[in-house]
Formats: sequence, C-alpha cells, structure tokens
Amino acid sequence: MEISRQKIESVELEDDRVFTWPTLVVKEFLAAIFVTVGLLFYSYFVDAPLREISDPGQAENPAKAPWYFAGLQEQLVYFDPWYAGVVLPSIIVLGLILLPYLDNNPKGNGYFTFKERKFAIPVFVSGYVFWYVLVYIGTALRGPFWTFFWPWEKWTHDFPTPPPLHNLSLPWGIALLVGFYGIGYAIPLFVKRDFFRNMGIIRYALTLGLLLTMIGTVGKMILRLAFNVKYIIETSVINI
Amino acid sequence: MKDPDSKKKFKDSVNEIWRSVFRHGYKDTPRNRILQIISNVWLHLHPAQVREHGTKIRFTWCMGGITFFIFLFETITGILLMFYYTPDVNKAYADTMDLMYVVPFGRLLRNCHRWGAHAMVITVSIHMLRVFLTGSYKAPRRFNWVMGVFLLVITFLLSFTGYLLPWDQLGYWAITVGMNMAGATPFLGHEGPFAQVLGMTANNDVRFALMGGSTIAAPALLRAYVWHCIGIPLIAAALMMVHFWRIRKDGGISGRL
Repeated sequence: MEISRQKIESVELEDDRVFTWPTLVVKEFLAAIFVTVGLLFYSYFVDAPLREISDPGQAENPAKAPWYFAGLQEQLVYFDPWYAGVVLPSIIVLGLILLPYLDNNPKGNGYFTFKERKFAIPVFVSGYVFWYVLVYIGTALRGPFWTFFWPWEKWTHDFPTPPPLHNLSLPWGIALLVGFYGIGYAIPLFVKRDFFRNMGIIRYALTLGLLLTMIGTVGKMILRLAFNVKYIIETSVINI
Repeated sequence: MKDPDSKKKFKDSVNEIWRSVFRHGYKDTPRNRILQIISNVWLHLHPAQVREHGTKIRFTWCMGGITFFIFLFETITGILLMFYYTPDVNKAYADTMDLMYVVPFGRLLRNCHRWGAHAMVITVSIHMLRVFLTGSYKAPRRFNWVMGVFLLVITFLLSFTGYLLPWDQLGYWAITVGMNMAGATPFLGHEGPFAQVLGMTANNDVRFALMGGSTIAAPALLRAYVWHCIGIPLIAAALMMVHFWRIRKDGGISGRL
C-alpha cells in the first residue's frame, strides 16, 4: 500500500516506447480543449443558418444538398440521378472498402512516403482533391437553376441560354464506352507488364475498373463541357 | 490541528478517499504512470506505453481522436437540444426559433451543434487522408480501414439526417435533393432505371421507405429525428468500439516495423 512512496523504479521500455500517461494523454486533453474552445468561439460569433419555415410549394432556387454532398449534386449536370446520386457514391464507397485488398504494395506501411507508393498516392489524392473541387463548385459557384457563376460574378436570373445538348448515336456511344474500358484495361498490359504480374487478374480487374470509372467520370464531364454531349448512351431504360 | 497526529490523520483520510476513487497512487512514478492508464476505465482504451512517433501530431494529425471527441461533443449538445426540440412539423421550426431567440444559451448551443457537425465531417475526412498517406490501411490493419469507411458514411448520414430537423427551407430542399436521388436508385427507386422490374412506384420504393411517405412531411421529420438521435448514433457507437478495439488488436498505432 505504499506505492506512492516508492523511489523511482527503473523500468526498461521496449524499443522507442514512451508512457502513454502523460506523453499522449496530455496532447489528447489539449486537443479536446482547443476543439471545445474553438467551437465555442466560432459559435459565439457565427450563427448557424436558419431560413424561413419550410414550404413545399416554394422551392429554393438553387436547392442545394449539404455541402459534403454538393459534389454529387454537381455530378447531376453530367449524369442522370441514378448514377450521380446512387451508383457513383456506391462505387466510391466500394472502392474505399476494397482499397486495402487491392493495394498489395507491401512498402510504405506506417509512415509517410511518396517514393515507395508512386501509383497509390497520386490516384487516391487526385480522387480526394476531385471530390472537394466538385464540392466547392457545387457549393459556391452554382446559382439559380444550377447555373455556373464565378466567385466574382453576381448571381442573377439573367444569364445566356446554355447551348443545346446532343446525344451520341447508340452505336458510337457503345463503341466509345467499350473502347474506353477495353483500351484502358489493355494499355498497362503492354506498357507495364509488371503491374499485371504483381496484382494478379482479380486485383487487376477491380483496380483498373475503379480507376477507369474515375477517369471516365471526368471524361464524361469534359465531353459535356467541351462538346455539349448529354448522353453517350441513350436508350429507353437507361442513359449514361 | 493542534494534535501533532492530526496532520497525518488528515493526510491519511484524503489518501483513503483518493485510493477509493483511483486505483493508483498520486505520486509520479513509472508504476503509477502505467496504472493511470490500465486502471482507468476510460483511459485503458490506450496501451500503457506507446511508440513515440505515434504521439507526434505531425504523424497522426490528431484527427481520429478529434473526430471521436467531436462525436462526444455532438452527443452532449445534441442531448441538450433534445430538451427544447419536438420533431413535429407544427413545432419543429418554432422550437428552433425559440432556441435561437428565447432559450438562454440556446443560440450558442445550436450553433455549437451545427458547426461541430460540419467540423466532424471535415476531421473524419482528413483522418482518412492521413491514414491513407501513411499506408496504415495495409495488413494487418485492412479490416479496420473498412470499419473506418463505414464510420465515414455514418458521419455523413448523421449530419444529413440532422439537416432536416430545423424544418426550414434550407433543410427541407436539401433533403428533397437527396431523396430525389434515392428515388432514382436502379431497381429500388421508382424514378430509377429498371424500376418496373420490381414494380416500383412512389408509394413503395426505397425513397418511400426512407421518408415514410411519398413527400417530405411529418413521418419524414420523425424518421430523420429518430435516425439522427438514436438509430445512427447507436450504430456509430458500435462501429467505433470495433474501430478502437481493432487498433489495439492490430498492434497499436501503425509505424515502421
């Protein structure tokens, strides 16, 4: 029962270990205090938004999803809701879940490194940045009728009529889609054989499928913005 | 305290009370440093010793811990808000207005809860970025990354369900946007591709299930409220238990082997 009176004991620590108390606990405690003070401070000066009472007959224009979903809403410009709002986010979540099983590069486990992960990091970071770019566009740069306005422009209802959109003819559309995935799957086989060899067929198929879908999503945006293409495939049941 | 023994007696009694609460001594000794952690129900989430790099903010960015802390912060402010808020279409907006203009500290409380929710979405996504950049999702921590992805989705859903509750134009139309997307789900939404295959209409599809009706009305508000205050927090808590427990089981904070 005389624990508190004991002399300093010599305790051998394994490798680079330190005592959690106080080294880590102090930092956590300080972080908690900073976050609390920061939130209180911010909340004291900035009010949470609250508009008029909801009115189903009086639609907001623009009606915006919460900012973290505004990127998906922004995709509605380029895709139908089934893709922008349901399938694309599902693919993103699925891709994130699969990520540790697809990335079989044993290096760079537990420390910051770019050199040892020259494929994984650019792919993930560009997806991450892309998400937030879309969030920014959807939140800040879209005005009435989801019209694009630069930050220095004033939102008006008086904007030029957007150019008419057209669809690709079905054979061309299918050829484009099949060609895109086909060539996309084939390129690494010729350019970088190791890539396929290291991954094995299942990993390769899934990784490339996700990567090409990511690139294809951007590609469709470019088609829409540069060539006014609405759908690359238009059928009576599904449009892409 | 004239009695020479009284000082010692006083000290002993304080010590006795201390010892009844904490299962370790007060003095800063290595043994007590360990006991502080392992004999404390809250702190024994941590190991008694950690690898030094794992305590560096430049390594962890502290984002996972802060996300957890904001979850607790949101729980507390959320419970307080529940005292004043009724999930009824005739009262919700008025209750929110009261919070902003009548309830003492109501405005601060609501602001804290709202900004905390936004902050949590940001911190959880930065946490994900850090875990990715350090390659901490690699074996043996693969499954814990999966748990983290679920928690990310849960964070979005927590924030999203809260968005409707003030029953103002902002929330109403934001949820409308979201629900219209749900209605476009392939096969399961009445406006999605292949809706006819399963015979989906506005009155039986996935959007109907989420809203408890074909428009955003009283049932939708109640559902958002129950999911927001009970359903999703419980799921989040369950997933967090697994997430934190797995950090320990998978060998603690990641680092060079």
